[in-house]
Amino acid sequence: MRHIISILIENEAGALSRVAGLFSARGYNIESLTVATTEDPSLSRITLVTRGSEEIIEQIMKQLNKLVDVVKVLDLTEGPHIEREMLMIKVHAHGNDQRSEVKRLADIFRARIIDVTDATYTVELTGVGSKLDAFIQALDRSIILETVRSGVSGISRGEKALRV
Amino acid sequence: MELTGAEIIVRFLQDEGVEYLFGYPGGAVLHIYDAIYQQDKVKHVLVRHEQAATHAADGYARSTGKPGVVLVTSGPGATNAVTGIATAYMDSIPMVVITGQVNSALIGNDAFQEVDSVGITRPCSKHNFLVKDVAELATTLKKAFYIATTGRPGPVVVDIPKDVTALRTKYVYPKKVNIRSYNPVVKGHTGQIKKAVNLMLSAKRPIIYSGGGVILDDAAKPLTDFARLLGMPVTNTSMGLGGYPATDKQFVGMLGMHGTYEANMAVSHCDLLVAIGARFDDRVTGNIAKFAPRAKIIHVDIDPASISKNVKVDVPIVGSVSHVLKEMTALVKEAGHGPNAEALGEWWRQIDEWRAKECLRYDRTSDLIKPQYVIDTLYEVTKGDAFVASDVGQHQMWAAQFYRFDKPRRWINSGGLGTMGFGLPAAMGVQFAHPGETVACITGEGSIQMNIQELSTCMQYALPIKVICLNNRFLGMVRQWQEFFYDRRYSHSYMESLPDFVKLAEAYGHVGMHIDKPEDVEPALREAFTTHKDRMVFLNFVTDQTENVYPMVPAGAGLEEMILV
Repeated sequence: MRHIISILIENEAGALSRVAGLFSARGYNIESLTVATTEDPSLSRITLVTRGSEEIIEQIMKQLNKLVDVVKVLDLTEGPHIEREMLMIKVHAHGNDQRSEVKRLADIFRARIIDVTDATYTVELTGVGSKLDAFIQALDRSIILETVRSGVSGISRGEKALRV
Repeated sequence: MELTGAEIIVRFLQDEGVEYLFGYPGGAVLHIYDAIYQQDKVKHVLVRHEQAATHAADGYARSTGKPGVVLVTSGPGATNAVTGIATAYMDSIPMVVITGQVNSALIGNDAFQEVDSVGITRPCSKHNFLVKDVAELATTLKKAFYIATTGRPGPVVVDIPKDVTALRTKYVYPKKVNIRSYNPVVKGHTGQIKKAVNLMLSAKRPIIYSGGGVILDDAAKPLTDFARLLGMPVTNTSMGLGGYPATDKQFVGMLGMHGTYEANMAVSHCDLLVAIGARFDDRVTGNIAKFAPRAKIIHVDIDPASISKNVKVDVPIVGSVSHVLKEMTALVKEAGHGPNAEALGEWWRQIDEWRAKECLRYDRTSDLIKPQYVIDTLYEVTKGDAFVASDVGQHQMWAAQFYRFDKPRRWINSGGLGTMGFGLPAAMGVQFAHPGETVACITGEGSIQMNIQELSTCMQYALPIKVICLNNRFLGMVRQWQEFFYDRRYSHSYMESLPDFVKLAEAYGHVGMHIDKPEDVEPALREAFTTHKDRMVFLNFVTDQTENVYPMVPAGAGLEEMILV
């Protein structure tokens, strides 16, 4: 099963490598990982997507909690939650046909064109991973120059919050 | 008053009540060594190799319960310490290791004697710190001691760049620290404890399986009270020996790969397994699918991550084992009755039948010295009251089987990591902590050579350790596996070109003894422990090369599938 795990961790040098090291040392996989500081600059928040049986996820949660720098851990997938990922994709945009085709697809997916040159468009799209996949699929593969994805971020719905 | 970082370190160690610092100087820690030189409260022990410093601190910690403290230099000093840090980590031993680091400005420049100590020790320490600011030095050290000694204990590394030890700041001893992300639990969940006690009171074939957690939490007395109150059989892991008196009739011996027949059979047939401060290690469980297949399992442990890691348990209790044991004892007393006496009587009859197999018997008429006989005799000669530090291999298992530990913190062995070379330096740490007590190091000719340079440290500090070397001219445990599972292809397990250990011991200023006849074993041991009471003695016992450790559960087999003698 796929799980989205949110981790509140001390914003200190090496804190991220403790988490990454734990996953590699114990053979757990990381599908994606994002990290940035929170509104409290002493704390970072990591969103980590992993897969495993219930037993493995239980161990992951316990092992994460055991790390001294980890303040709180939450498995977002246990409750109602929202997940988002951002994609930036650079495509060839030569001539009117190609340019309007990309623009039309971007509109359908509610994506935004954030950079334009006479030969390229760069498109930004935010959504769940499958939506980003679908957008990439919809584009003509031969025009894609490069893609970059942020990895999943997630947050609980409603009153529930991961905070100190 | 402003102090330098180096002075702060030493003042802090004094204020923290540290008696001994096991270490080895080098460039990055010269300021610290200079501060050590100018005081005499914290006694520094100069070892001959940084690995030995960590094992000595470890032995000190295991035998006292107090944290062991190590000081090594950067680079090779730190990497040499890694084996000892990992050893302590696997066995949850409280330890603080201070490593010197190159100047802050040079970090990352591949400077002379630079390694990323924090990076290297991250996966094998409970936590580690790099101190970048002298203003944070004292609180960081306090945090290190706090983390090392609370919750599930473990080694903590504090890496200190040389410039930080030269800078000055105001020093105040931090009496307390608060770490918002670190709050180990102590008290067990009352509801779970009640559930566990109810299961115990209705069990027909219960057994207590206790481990190193009982030793670490000083819970031997509460465990003994509890087990006696319920009349249940008790088995210990290797790490847990001494947690319950081995000479007590309720003790069925160690369990696991080289556990007794009765312990392994009892675990395989019990209907309730009460795991206390143990972690279901693969050397204990054998084939996990066949482990305690008929039992409900209660697991008490301070570390939630240890629970249901290898074996799914029915009643998990997270808490300090001494605390939980006391609470369970009170609940049993309150209930006013124990488990069904008739069922328990039947269970004991069954266990006694298994016991009657005498799985630990060995040939007492042999012309060759049987290693088991040496340990048996050591037990008699030391009246079962010695501190025994062991190395790793066959001799370690025989020591665990034949030296019956009645008290905790007397059996000092590298259980989790299985570090050869652990024994002698660990024995040194024990002897420093207990100057008047009898300390024996049980070793083999393989293990002892992994840290034999420490004979020099023993000379410097006149440590009267007795080295019991079971010399079979083989890496015995390797040879045993090769005999059983590799068709007797003894690939590189034979020890050729051994030194003359007697002369070697004498060269280091100690007493050397060579014993090759069974009838000389007891007189030699008596001589060593009485005539040479105050000297270090190296007893080189030439033992039967073909002897194996029995019983043995082959790797991957269930506990019932033992190879017996």
